Amino acid sequence: MGEEVKLFRTWSSSFALRIVWALKIKGIEYETVFEDLSNKSPLLLQYNPVHKKVPILVHNGKPIAESFVILEYIDETWKQAPLLLEDPYERAKARFWAKFGDDKVLTSVWNVFIKQGKEQEEALVAATENLKFLEEEMKGKKFFGGERIGYVDLALGFLANLISIFEEIIGLKIVDEEKFPSLYSWMQDFAEAPIIRDNWPPRDKMIVKFQALLDATIASSSSSSK
Amino acid sequence: MAEEEVKLFGTWGSPFSRRIEVALKLKGVQYEYIEEDLTNKSPALLNYNPVNKQIPVLVHNGKPVAESFVIMEYIDETWKHNPILPADPYERAMARFWAKYIDEKFWPAAKKTVVAKGEEQKGAIDEIQQQMKNLEGELKEKKFFGGESLGFLDIAANIIIWLVVAQEALGMDQILNEEKLPVLHGWLHRLLDDAVFKECVPPKERHLDFFKVKFGSSIASK
Repeated sequence: MGEEVKLFRTWSSSFALRIVWALKIKGIEYETVFEDLSNKSPLLLQYNPVHKKVPILVHNGKPIAESFVILEYIDETWKQAPLLLEDPYERAKARFWAKFGDDKVLTSVWNVFIKQGKEQEEALVAATENLKFLEEEMKGKKFFGGERIGYVDLALGFLANLISIFEEIIGLKIVDEEKFPSLYSWMQDFAEAPIIRDNWPPRDKMIVKFQALLDATIASSSSSSK
Repeated sequence: MAEEEVKLFGTWGSPFSRRIEVALKLKGVQYEYIEEDLTNKSPALLNYNPVNKQIPVLVHNGKPVAESFVIMEYIDETWKHNPILPADPYERAMARFWAKYIDEKFWPAAKKTVVAKGEEQKGAIDEIQQQMKNLEGELKEKKFFGGESLGFLDIAANIIIWLVVAQEALGMDQILNEEKLPVLHGWLHRLLDDAVFKECVPPKERHLDFFKVKFGSSIASK
């Protein structure tokens, strides 16, 4: 059967990593197309004219954008190693937590990293609130999906990658092992799972990238006059 | 068959909870509706949605589901007749993509067209016209986004009506007019004519008054 699967991504995008993990968990052969977002390829612009972003999955010439939309497509198209459980209520919970991860957790964690002073303090309060909900949800489970990595683990996996990088750069603890024991140990288990571990972007490159982002943000906010 | 207990916590003016009403009615699911006062949230609501403390929340046999698109998918998977999402995975992906677009891009832009002034408002109007042109590209020649009958994206796009009513309330020129957006304009009228859908929009006069009170003073001349 002629299947052509391409993934447009960048080397560091956490959203694109979700798709890499999903494809690997299902054992799907695919071709990677690396994009430079400062010089987007004509193909990227053609496949995602609305957002002009990665990741984009192209299956037999048909493009799909938005990482959660892509994950659901993958799960519905290749039925082995399911990411979502069969039960509608379990699926609803998984979708809820994935959305919570992007809308609330990612936003608040990002703000802890990128903001300074009072704004950073407030961001840390918000992040801690949000992480507490995840900690609750995680209790007694190895992965959010149970014994196996599932949809929610892939959705929240960016935490296992970015938190320690952010903590190292800003010198602030975001996920304290004592405050969040279940979440902390999930982050370790997730990062050590073979498929995940083999597909992390290089840590030193990530530190350089995010340090540069932070420096640029600080520079532009201090140079803007009011 | 087991006894079904379905409750919906919502508000009369929320496009998000009205979406759930459409979905339940399309499937002929009997439900109890609970109107929430968001300035005084009920203990039940806070118990069922402690994370976001928002409506809509669907409670099915005691189990709560929150977030409108999550609820819509749950409804489609639980009551399988009259499907809201198409069967084909690629078409499902397209419906989900555009529904997300509506909440994440269209909704903030719509709010901006109503509250912003001057150049900022003009920019917001241009942006939202482009967004609606993009939606026309998805609709094409079809009666509804879902084809012959209402689908996931039609229900998600209910927010467009909120923009139309707000513009009418504030005496603004309609962005969604037949000249500029003929395809979407036609769709809107078919939507408002649909027997199920038209039961699930806020009563027009009350809705107009709501926008006049909320935003009217913001467009007072400087």
